[in-house]
Parts: sequence; C-alpha cells; structure tokens
Amino acid sequence: MLTVEDLGVSFGGVAALAGVSFGVRAGTITSLIGPNGAGKTTAFNAITGYLRAGRGRVTWDGRPLTGRPCDIARRGVVRTFQKTSVFPTLTVLDNVRTGLHLRGRAGLWPVLLGTRGVQREEAKIVETAREVIAFVGLERRADEVAGELPYGEQRLVELAVALAARPRLLLLDEPAAGMTGAEKERLVAMIRRIREQSVTVLVVEHDMRLVMGISDTVIVLNHGRVIAEGAPASIQAHPDVIRAYLGSSSAPA
Amino acid sequence: MIVRALLAAAALALVTAPAWLPSPYHLHILIMAGIFAILALSLNLLLGYTGQLSLGHAAFFGIGAYTSALLALKLEWSFWLALPCAAVASGIAGWAIGRLALKLRGAYFVLVTISFAGVISLVSINWMELTNGPLGLPGVPPPDFGPWSLRTKRAYYYLVLAAAAFTYLVCHRLVHSRIGRALVALRENEPLAESVGIDGTRYLVLAAVVSAALAGVAGSLYAHYTRFVSPEVFLFTYTVTMVIMVIAGGQGTLLGPVIGALLFTALPEALREAVAWQWQMLAYGVVLVVLVFFLPRGIVPSFERWQRRRAASLR
Amino acid sequence: MEQLLQHLVNGLVLGGTYALLGIGLTLIFGLMNVVNFAHGEFYTLGAYAAFGALALAGLPFFVALAAAIATGALLGALCERVLLRPLRRESIDTVMLVMIGVWIAMQNAELLVWGGVARSIPHPFPTAPLTLGPLNIAPLRLFVMAAAAGLIGAAWLLIQRTRLGTAMRATFQDRDTAALMGVPIGRIHTITFAFGSALAAAAGALLGPVFLAYPSMGDLASLKAFSVVILGGLGNLAGATLGGLLLGVAEELGAGYVSSGYRDAVGFVAIILVLIFRPAGLFARAERIG
Repeated sequence: MLTVEDLGVSFGGVAALAGVSFGVRAGTITSLIGPNGAGKTTAFNAITGYLRAGRGRVTWDGRPLTGRPCDIARRGVVRTFQKTSVFPTLTVLDNVRTGLHLRGRAGLWPVLLGTRGVQREEAKIVETAREVIAFVGLERRADEVAGELPYGEQRLVELAVALAARPRLLLLDEPAAGMTGAEKERLVAMIRRIREQSVTVLVVEHDMRLVMGISDTVIVLNHGRVIAEGAPASIQAHPDVIRAYLGSSSAPA
Repeated sequence: MIVRALLAAAALALVTAPAWLPSPYHLHILIMAGIFAILALSLNLLLGYTGQLSLGHAAFFGIGAYTSALLALKLEWSFWLALPCAAVASGIAGWAIGRLALKLRGAYFVLVTISFAGVISLVSINWMELTNGPLGLPGVPPPDFGPWSLRTKRAYYYLVLAAAAFTYLVCHRLVHSRIGRALVALRENEPLAESVGIDGTRYLVLAAVVSAALAGVAGSLYAHYTRFVSPEVFLFTYTVTMVIMVIAGGQGTLLGPVIGALLFTALPEALREAVAWQWQMLAYGVVLVVLVFFLPRGIVPSFERWQRRRAASLR
Repeated sequence: MEQLLQHLVNGLVLGGTYALLGIGLTLIFGLMNVVNFAHGEFYTLGAYAAFGALALAGLPFFVALAAAIATGALLGALCERVLLRPLRRESIDTVMLVMIGVWIAMQNAELLVWGGVARSIPHPFPTAPLTLGPLNIAPLRLFVMAAAAGLIGAAWLLIQRTRLGTAMRATFQDRDTAALMGVPIGRIHTITFAFGSALAAAAGALLGPVFLAYPSMGDLASLKAFSVVILGGLGNLAGATLGGLLLGVAEELGAGYVSSGYRDAVGFVAIILVLIFRPAGLFARAERIG
C-alpha cells in the first residue's frame, strides 16, 4: 500500500506539486492522469527519490519511503522513465542482467577470486534474464544492441529492466507513448499479467482508452493538485476533470 | 578465430621475449610497457567503465612509488611486503578521492582529481624530511626472491609480466561480473542504474579504490626498477601518456589499454633517436584531438566494430 | 600590520589577474559549457607574445600588450571555429578531451619555439619601489593592478551594457529564442571564446613581466582559473571577479604567514573544498549573467 500525504515540490518559487495526497491499494492498477504540466512526472520523481520534496510524506508498506533512488529500489519500488531509458550500447540481455543487480550478492573479493558461488550466481542471473525477456516477448532480440532497436521494442527493454529488479510497486511513466495500436494491446496484457503476480502498478498515461481499460482506480492531477480520484467511469463523467482537460485542449475520451 | 590465434602468438612471444629480443634495451622497453599497461588498465577502470576521467592518476602512481621506496629504504622491508603496502596506500588515496568526489561527475570530478594530484605533488616537493624533496630517493633496493636478487632485467621482466597478467585478470574478473555491469550501467545511464538499485556512490568509490591500488602496484614496480623516486613521478606528462594509451587503445575494453601501452611506450623509444620528446608530446596533443574526431572509441573497439560489420555483410 | 597590508596589496595585484583569468573562463566554461583545459595556454601565449613583441620586435610596451591580447583573441577564435564548432553537438566530455589535446599541443609548441629556459620580459617601468605610506609597491605591479582593473571594468561594460554583451547572454540563456530573434549564434560562440581567451592572454601579458615566462606556466594558471570559476559560481561575472581577488589575497597571505612552498596549494584546496561543500560557489546568490 502506497500512501502519499501532502506532497509538495517547488522549483524556484513555482509549485509543481502543491500538496498532493492519494493512496494506491496493493495489488491494483492505478493510473495517474492530468494535462501536461500537471505534475505527474514530478510526483514520480519525488516518490522515487529523484527529487527532494519540500514537504509531505510518502509511505510504502507501512514505513516511510525515503532515501536515494537505489535505496528505494531496494524496498521494491521501481520506476520507468518518460523518455526511453535503456543502456544503449549494451545488448538486451545485458540490459536485463543489469536490472537483476539486486538479485545478486557477489562482492569484490568473491568476484576477484572467481568462486564457485559467483559462477553459480551468474548462471542463475542469465537464466532469470532470459525469463524476463521472454515475458516481454523479446526473445528474438536478446543479443542485439538495445540502442539500435526500434522505438517500441526499446520501451519493452525498459520494462524488462524494471521488471528484473523484482518490484512490488511498479511506477510506469508513459509506457505506451509512441507505441502502435498492436503494441499497446500487448502492453495492456503485460500490465495485467504483472498485476496477477501481486505487483502494484501506478501508471502515468495520456492514452485515455488504455487508462480507462486497465485501471482499478484513476487519480487526476491538475496544476499540482489532485482534483479527482475514483473508478474510471466516475472520472470520465467528473465535471472538474472535463474542465481541466478542455482548459488545456486535450480532452479525455 | 584469427584474432585468437594472434593473441596466443603474442602471448607466446611475450613469455619467451628474453630469448629472442636482440638486446637488454628492448627488454627495458617491454618492462616499461608492462608497467604502463598496468597503469593504463587501472585508469581504464575509471575512464572506460565508469566513464569518469581521472587526470590525477599520477598521484596514485606516485603514492605507490614513494610508499614502496620509503618502506624499503627507511624500514628495510622486503619488496614483497612493500608492494602490497603500496597498493593499500594508493587504495586509501583512491578511497579518499571517491568519497570526496561523491556527487561530482564529469568536469568537476576531473578538477578534483587534478587538484588532489597537485596537492600530493606539492607535499612530495616540500616535505623534505619524508621525501627528500626535489632531490628524490635514490638507491631503492631491487626485490629479492629467496637467495636470488631480481636485479637482472630478465628477472624483473618476468616479475612485471606476472604483475601485468595479474592486473589483467583482476580487471577481467571485475568487468565481467555483477560489479562490472554496475559500473558500465552508471556510465551508460546513471538514473536508470539507480532505479534498479545500483548505488552510484558505492561503485564509484569501489572503482576508484581498485583503480588506485593497481596504479600503486605499478608505482612500486617502477620504484624498484628505476631504483630512484622523485617528485617527477607526479609530472603531468605521465598522466597524459596514460590517458592517451587508454583512449587510443580503446576505453571500455581490456585489450585496448594494453595495446595502447605497448604502442605508446615502444613508439617514443623508437622515435627517440629521430625526434625530441617535445615533438612527441606535441604529437600526443594532436593525436588526442584527431582521435576524438575520427576514432573516438579507440583502436580495439573500432577494430571490433569493423569485424562485426564484416561478419554482418557476409551473412 | 604593515606586513599584512603589504601582503594584501600584493594579493590584489595577483588577484586582479586571477580575476581576468576567471572571467574569461567563466564565460567559456560557465556559459559555453566548454571544459577549457587549454585556458592556461592562452595565458602562456599572452606572456610569450608580449615577450616576442618586446624583446624581438622591439615594439613599445603598450603596443606589445595590445598585440598579446589580440593574439589571444585570434587564436581563440580559430580554435573555436576549427575545433569546437564541429563538436557542438557532442558531449561535454568529448570537448574536454579535445581541449586537453589542445593544452598538450600548445604547451609543447611553446616549448619547441621558445625553449625550456624561463624568459624575462622587459618593461619600461622603473624598478625602484614607490612608497605609499606604509606600503612599498613596484611601479610595474601598480600598473598591473590598474590595467587589470581597467580590463575587468571593460569586460563588465561589454557584457552588461553593449548589444554584443546582450546577444552573448541571450545566446547562452536560451539559444533557440536568440536564434529566432536573429542573433548569429555561431559568431557569438566564436566571439565569446575569443574574448575569454583574450582575457587570459591579457593576464599572461601583465603577469609575465612580474615573474618570468616559461612554457609550463599555463598549468597552474588553468587550475587557478578553474578555482576562481568554481569559487564564484559558473557564469557568474561578479563571482569570478571577487573569487579572483580572494584567491590572490589568500595565496599571498598563505605564502607570507604559513609557507611559501605550498602557495599553489591554496587554489587546489579551494577547488576541493568548494566542490564538496558549496558546489554552486561561494557567492551563489549573486546574479548569473547566463
């Protein structure tokens, strides 16, 4: 269960988040929507430690969620990025193996000594990496350089890397951006399967059909504040939400 | 296949070098190349794998040289004890740099490394009681191996060869491990690396420590070979040479720095008769600029890429 | 007390030239984002150009100074045009490497042309020190201080009051808008780099006669310039001026009261401490120009 209380982030006097509070129930798919500049990615950054919040608290699993991004990842909270984020010169396999970092324990001395334990761990990592790659459907691309893949497949690599880190809370920042219709269908199916594995998912998205299709809960931000929260159907009919979108020329539909 | 055969042949040639090289002078060149190969490999850990440039690497080299020399001269310790101590001393300095430069990246990291090297250099010049200042420490004893003294070039060559092979092994194991993946991840995309739990600070410090310790080993080998240590080890020319070796040879590969070291040790020596060292340094500067424009990845990766393209077009 | 004042005055002389170095580099590093490790080489160039003009061509002192500054500007413009412009889209690290290459090449070129022996640069000022109250100051140093102040003032005027200065600030604050408004971006880059290099050359030409000219004098100059830029904050003109003066005074006080062997360490330590504790610079609240 993720709780966000009164989260505030300012940049040089301008409040990107002006006191945002919401909750995400464990095992659900929640979507965070809002017009451009509403503060969605800022919220992600603040929750996952990439930005220091001016005020407010984030609680995950009963304990405060603080620290640097790597500490937060260790708590099982993993995020993806708005701009495609992979390790460009590495192969897909190496990308995912890197994502499996927390699953390994090999320290400096075991590595230098080349112990049997390290070798076994490495073999296990390769095996798990292939499983994750298969989950996102990129088996054919495992040995190709990630930076040279088509855009939609790079986004899948990104998802695979995030999944490799074994999240219990997965924050997806516009995962469907730039995808074709068919790719989006496959993405939706993947997100549902992720939820089936007891992973809580928080998604920022602009594609309303996708959002309304997969979400258990929808949270709407505008100008750094939560203006609505509830089931998809009620959000679509919510007057404040409609006004927010009409006011910024992108309508929810 | 051909590459592997070539490498095997090269390894064989190196191991039998004293037998077929025409003179001890050539062996001297290989010894220096070996010491620089260790230095280049160590710098490569930082530059090629974490992507951070250290222009103060001569400081770790110098600290290793001075530590080893002082322990052997003043405390009459055996070389076999002085060398690991030199590695530890440099490793500590590397740890200090890593912690100091915690959040610094890019140019700021470079500046801190230069400043650190500058301070250490000034200390070595001014702290006369310890380092004898600009006069340096002469008479550093060569290593003993039981009843034999490793005074001859041939014996020392095998020592350096073993040390270089050891360094290569260390780097190889490190780079092809979870730790190596973390380092590369930090270079490629630090925010992404952090998002999957890779602690940037911790791994940068680790890379700095290992890198510095290896440079310290090179320093110790240098001290006991030339048998004289002075503040000149901190000269910027050494750092520049190291950087060129890594960048020309190919950062981010293991073979690159080794080839770079061989090239840029043999080349100056070969040209020494014909060309003054200032011209060589001038050429280094130009070479660096040219490399950045035309061969930014260095010799070995460019060769690998050419190989891949050839293989792809043959398919 | 008199010793303190004396040190302060010497520090201001030095500091004025450090400020020139720093202002030049803060424009290049702070605004253009070029990690110019060759900055000190333009300083050296200025000193040797002055030497050449004075000792070899026999030009009058002030003409020689002007020639030195012009040489710095020209070479800077050339450098920007040939090396930096093609790399404008590359990462900051790539540019840094190129500038390191330029650094090495320039220094060794100086070594080859002028030799390794330090040169004394002749000047027309009387050597007997002037006595102003409790202070003794050589006329040359007084001139250096005045000239540095004048050049700093001119730099300020250029950046803050002229159209060129406005164009420079606009380019580095928001390139695309500046381009839309008709600012010739490419030329501004060249001019900025040339200007920064000219200031470095000026510093070298001024300090050359005070000390000696030798090929590696640029190494320390580069680092001290970076020190000043970091102290003052990137792109911060006022910060660079204050930082330069501060560094000069700190060095003189350190050399006088602590140890002269470690005087250069002041700049190094300053870099390390500021980057660790106040990376935005000591005067972080002052206005940036870019």
